[in-house]
Amino acid sequence: MAVVAETRAPAEATPVIRIEPSRGWVSLKLRELWEYRELLYFLTWRDIKVRYKQTVLGAAWAILQPFMTMVVFSLFFGRLARIPSDGLPYPIFSLAGLVPWQFFAYGLNQSSNSLVGSANLIKKVYFPRLTIPLSSVLAGAVDFALAFALLVAMMLFYGVRPGWQALWLPAFFLLAFVTALGVGLWLSALNVEYRDVRYLVPFLVQFWMYATPIAYPSSLLPEPWRTLYGLNPMAGVVEGFRWALLGARTRPGPLIAASALASLIVLITGAFYFRRMEKTFADVV
Amino acid sequence: MSDIAIRVEGLGKRYRIGRQERYRTLRDTLVEGAQRTVRTIRGWLSRDGRREPDEQTIWALKDVSFEVKRGEVLGIIGRNGAGKSTLLKILSRVTEPTEGWAEVRGRVGSLLEVGTGFHPELTGRENIYLNGAILGMKRAEIARKFDEIVAFAEVEKFIDTPVKHYSSGMYLRLAFAVAAHLEPEILLVDEVLAVGDAAFQKKCLGKMGEVAGEGRTVLFVSHNMAAVQVLCSKAVVLHKGQVVYGGGAEGAVAFYLDSFVRSEVDPGSFAEQCSGPVRICSCRARSLGGPMRSNSCLVPGYDGAIEIMLDSENTLRRFSAGFSIRTANDVVLTELNSDELGVDLGALPRGRSLLVITLPRVPYTPGTYALTVWLRDCARNFLCRVKDIRLDVCQAPIYGTSCVDHRFGLVAVPGVSMRLELPAPDLD
Repeated sequence: MAVVAETRAPAEATPVIRIEPSRGWVSLKLRELWEYRELLYFLTWRDIKVRYKQTVLGAAWAILQPFMTMVVFSLFFGRLARIPSDGLPYPIFSLAGLVPWQFFAYGLNQSSNSLVGSANLIKKVYFPRLTIPLSSVLAGAVDFALAFALLVAMMLFYGVRPGWQALWLPAFFLLAFVTALGVGLWLSALNVEYRDVRYLVPFLVQFWMYATPIAYPSSLLPEPWRTLYGLNPMAGVVEGFRWALLGARTRPGPLIAASALASLIVLITGAFYFRRMEKTFADVV
Repeated sequence: MSDIAIRVEGLGKRYRIGRQERYRTLRDTLVEGAQRTVRTIRGWLSRDGRREPDEQTIWALKDVSFEVKRGEVLGIIGRNGAGKSTLLKILSRVTEPTEGWAEVRGRVGSLLEVGTGFHPELTGRENIYLNGAILGMKRAEIARKFDEIVAFAEVEKFIDTPVKHYSSGMYLRLAFAVAAHLEPEILLVDEVLAVGDAAFQKKCLGKMGEVAGEGRTVLFVSHNMAAVQVLCSKAVVLHKGQVVYGGGAEGAVAFYLDSFVRSEVDPGSFAEQCSGPVRICSCRARSLGGPMRSNSCLVPGYDGAIEIMLDSENTLRRFSAGFSIRTANDVVLTELNSDELGVDLGALPRGRSLLVITLPRVPYTPGTYALTVWLRDCARNFLCRVKDIRLDVCQAPIYGTSCVDHRFGLVAVPGVSMRLELPAPDLD
């Protein structure tokens, strides 16, 4: 935002804050974000606490949603359409894709509306605005953990044993997180100025889901198209999860590399765009 | 350098009109883009070098400079829309200036965000931590002050109840307690935005005085001139985004009271407000009775008159007149037209005539008010309107013994009485 230099006067150690107009692209000020890590913690914690308030089923929703989707997918795509599943039982094949996907979809939804939803905060208090979309993506981690437990239970049920590749799992989770945050940063900042985003997001999530190999394997595509498919970062995440957990034979190396690159680009550009727009948030939101 | 807490140099903030209130849709941008393109092409075609203004802008603040020393309490006064709140927003870094700069030494806290960030579903305890973190407190710091905050807010019994079940009073007390325990080096207070009842506002002011007493710096935005005079050592007066006075609080208040009733017109230039054939030449208020018959002010509880000298170039067959009386806070106390009174003023003759408005038993407490007077033709178009003429209501013992001022409200009720009826009658 407006602060360009934050130095400490040696004598009395009071921070001196200089407020002046900023121009063009500004630094991300990650150090300040780090100083506000407790706020990030509390905002995330608030989102988690509030998420299932006044619901009957509560956190069971986090398990029910992927489970029901899996059942529907297995019936229609697995049984009726006989879509191949890389030699795995179809239910677990689709669930391994749905679990990271729902984390992504939730993070995308929440973060894109996060700034507008926190308008009263933005208009009255200063703090690094990046904490707002960041916390809404982070809050999805709890739902992910519950859904992941379901996935583990299903693996036990089907007798699927993960190999050493499971060690890669945190990396794929991080990839999903980075992608959700990157897109979330873009959309949340755009949403402040253009409320069209509110209507775009549900459509985008739906469209993106069909563009991601959840109901079908990416191995349907021949190379080099499969690697190119990785430019959809969620393709990398889903295939990564399947490879790491279920030991799908089709090793998705190049596809995941493409995904990692794409999601990093989205995150970095998103963060800079967000910071550039940040100075107008309080006036426009 | 170390004794300056806040330094502001040439600060300005420009808003695009309409932009703050409504948000843009993609369609707006497309439409505007198309319009701009058409305009540009038209500009080429007509080979006219002039550029049409793109968008209308207003400067909410312009070229504002001042300094605040450590431990000083600076009052910021001005009418609605003078830029006071914008200034505080810039200093609290909520919004960015368009030009100029400011330097702030020390942690800034403000009482303008009381209760922001409270979540209704969370308990009092949880909200204290959340709100504290939003205001910039560390978790350890909140934990240390937790008991104090709860005691101050008087919500011990309900601390583990979601705040959506709180009464609005409890909610406010808790929110204020958190903000009040931030212990910033620099405190920003916007009384205009402060919500709550009189008792709560008094509490705010009390806390502010306390903070000032501890030698910390306070910026105080207020319409309450009495409070500014008591609490502030210095003050600046903002008018239309610019500093028009800076100096001692007494002087600033006097300047403000003077300027708010004279801000639109220069003395003696009443005529400038009138484009038609009628002019308002002069205006005075006088008391028609009471202990001191005054020719310059109204006395509460006694009949008063406002006399307006009119000068017309020709005879008007029909016209109506009206007036309004407002406080320094832009609160309209009275607004009336002769039509509503059912008064037909008849024709306005050529030359001078005196319009007399009588106010029986003037119901305003002592202070300075703004009088606006207007004349309308038969189609209710303004013939003439003079805004913000100073109207003084003198000190007088309205209720028998004591002198009252704005602290006792804006409306005086002469003759109000109390008695004890014994034995108590049966009211059913």
